[in-house]
Amino acid sequence: MDDSLGQRGAQAPPSHTTGPGSTTRAPRTRRGKETWEYLALAATAIAAGAVFFIAAFVFWEGWPAFREVGFFEFVLGKVWSPTRGFYGILPIIAGTFAVTILTLILAIPVSVGTAVFLTEYSPEWASRIVRKAVDLLAGIPSVVYGLFGMTTLVPLIRRIELATVPQGAPSYLTVGYSVLSASVILAVMIAPTVISISCDALKSVPSEYREGSLGLGATRWQTVTKVILPVAAPGILAGIILGTGRAVGETMAVLMVAGNAPLFPKSVFTPVRTLTANIAAEIGYATGLHEHALFADGIALFFVVILLNSVALWFRRKALK
Amino acid sequence: MDMNRTSAVAAKPVVPQDGDVGTTVPQVASPRPNVTPPVREKIRTEKLTVFYDGKEAIKSIDLSIPEGMVTAIIGPSGCGKSTFLRALNRMNELIPGTRTTGKVLVDGINIYDPAIDLPTLRKNVGMVWQRPNPFPKTIWENVAYGPKCLGVKSKAVLDDIVEKSLREAALWDEVKDRLHSSALALSGGQQQRLCIARALAVEPSVLLMDEPAASLDPISTTKIEDLMAELRGKYTLIIVTHNMQQAARVSDYTAFLLMGELVEFDVTERIFTRPKRKETEDYITGRFG
Repeated sequence: MDDSLGQRGAQAPPSHTTGPGSTTRAPRTRRGKETWEYLALAATAIAAGAVFFIAAFVFWEGWPAFREVGFFEFVLGKVWSPTRGFYGILPIIAGTFAVTILTLILAIPVSVGTAVFLTEYSPEWASRIVRKAVDLLAGIPSVVYGLFGMTTLVPLIRRIELATVPQGAPSYLTVGYSVLSASVILAVMIAPTVISISCDALKSVPSEYREGSLGLGATRWQTVTKVILPVAAPGILAGIILGTGRAVGETMAVLMVAGNAPLFPKSVFTPVRTLTANIAAEIGYATGLHEHALFADGIALFFVVILLNSVALWFRRKALK
Repeated sequence: MDMNRTSAVAAKPVVPQDGDVGTTVPQVASPRPNVTPPVREKIRTEKLTVFYDGKEAIKSIDLSIPEGMVTAIIGPSGCGKSTFLRALNRMNELIPGTRTTGKVLVDGINIYDPAIDLPTLRKNVGMVWQRPNPFPKTIWENVAYGPKCLGVKSKAVLDDIVEKSLREAALWDEVKDRLHSSALALSGGQQQRLCIARALAVEPSVLLMDEPAASLDPISTTKIEDLMAELRGKYTLIIVTHNMQQAARVSDYTAFLLMGELVEFDVTERIFTRPKRKETEDYITGRFG
């Protein structure tokens, strides 16, 4: 009883003084809040509305393709040849997955390894310089990467192909434009994102964990692999998710080095076409059903992105647990 | 481990030199009856100086720490207590901008020798931090972490080590039914005892404790202090504390640091009853600090 009385006594004066103050201030703050509320609501409506209308438009325009070609014929069809009336998008979906997965296989070890080196091993002044350079890489327009790929990387890969592809193989396997070319370029393009976010994730691991592990006689490598990377994993995965998004969505650089043949990616040297490149390459002259089919291609892209994001989120949930 | 090396190099009895308080272990009967003198020297620092960004955090400290005893390092905030402690297993090196000069001899071997293997040193000189820092893993994995890093693979052996270490840290009875649940679900005091168990699992001979009870409630503090009394004798304990009652309760020897310098080192009882230096007396009577 005494305690509660004492508490109430201690609380009473502040609440009493704020009482009248807040009533005089109330109209002003409420009016301000309302203005901001409307502005924020309008901004939200515009942003959400834009997304909604774009999605609706793509679905609306793409729908006739499904109706005329047939859903399964479109999604599972093996030949994409609009001039001959074939609208099978499966090789293009496969090409998209092939390029994306190979990109991740190339980019993840290099990027995470770089981030570990920059945060755990190299002296701070060196990491600062390297991170500045890496951030600079992120700002280079994709067409420049594509140009570099066409003039430097593709000839190099053509040489590798000529040396490794057996005699008698289809000639398209030795042109240099391939899954591998696209993936190497994309890996370089997404590396800055993954490195930067991984570095932040590694840096945010409390130093107590680092000290705790080293203090038990663990080596630096054991500390990194057994304590620091597991703790930083959700953050690193966030970087990989962002990088994957960029890899799937990238159009120009891929268009310039992937070869753009709608073939099934049977090897890393196969020229392929991705869902984004397909739209960019053909929309300029497409009419009628062809145009609708390209919008349907956009719908497929939409679901590919959703699928990849769900896989990434599933990994992230596992890492957080 | 290394019985030959330790006995050959460092088993010499410590001889006190007149007027040289602070560099040697005073040759006195142990303040507690169950340890028989003479006391063997475990760690010796010679002109140990640590710089933070060019500024001296501790200045030319000469100290001899006896084996199997509890040595307390006391002093006001910022006097370099933690820096001194962290110099004993080269933890300061993890902070950029630190430089160490002088020597630290553990069992007669200078740990600042470039040939020293850091994991071996830190396995031998374990550490417990002010804030409990269990890994975000299970209780079992926390304790087994050190032995695993040293190459122990057998699950049965690891199980034994985990049980033995948790018993030694007086935590076994509280956690034996949930060894595979997260260590982060334990209370602060339990987490700290888990960290002690984790350190004991790699069989160190020295345990450095950086204000191990500073973030704990009084009951947990008592448990940690009881644990220190248990571990005394088997391990050489060096504890940094700003709590003078704690230093008086748990330690055999006390070193008083002020502004990076060693002011006085003596048997704890004497430091707290008849200190030789004015600064020590002022500090322990609460005139500053």
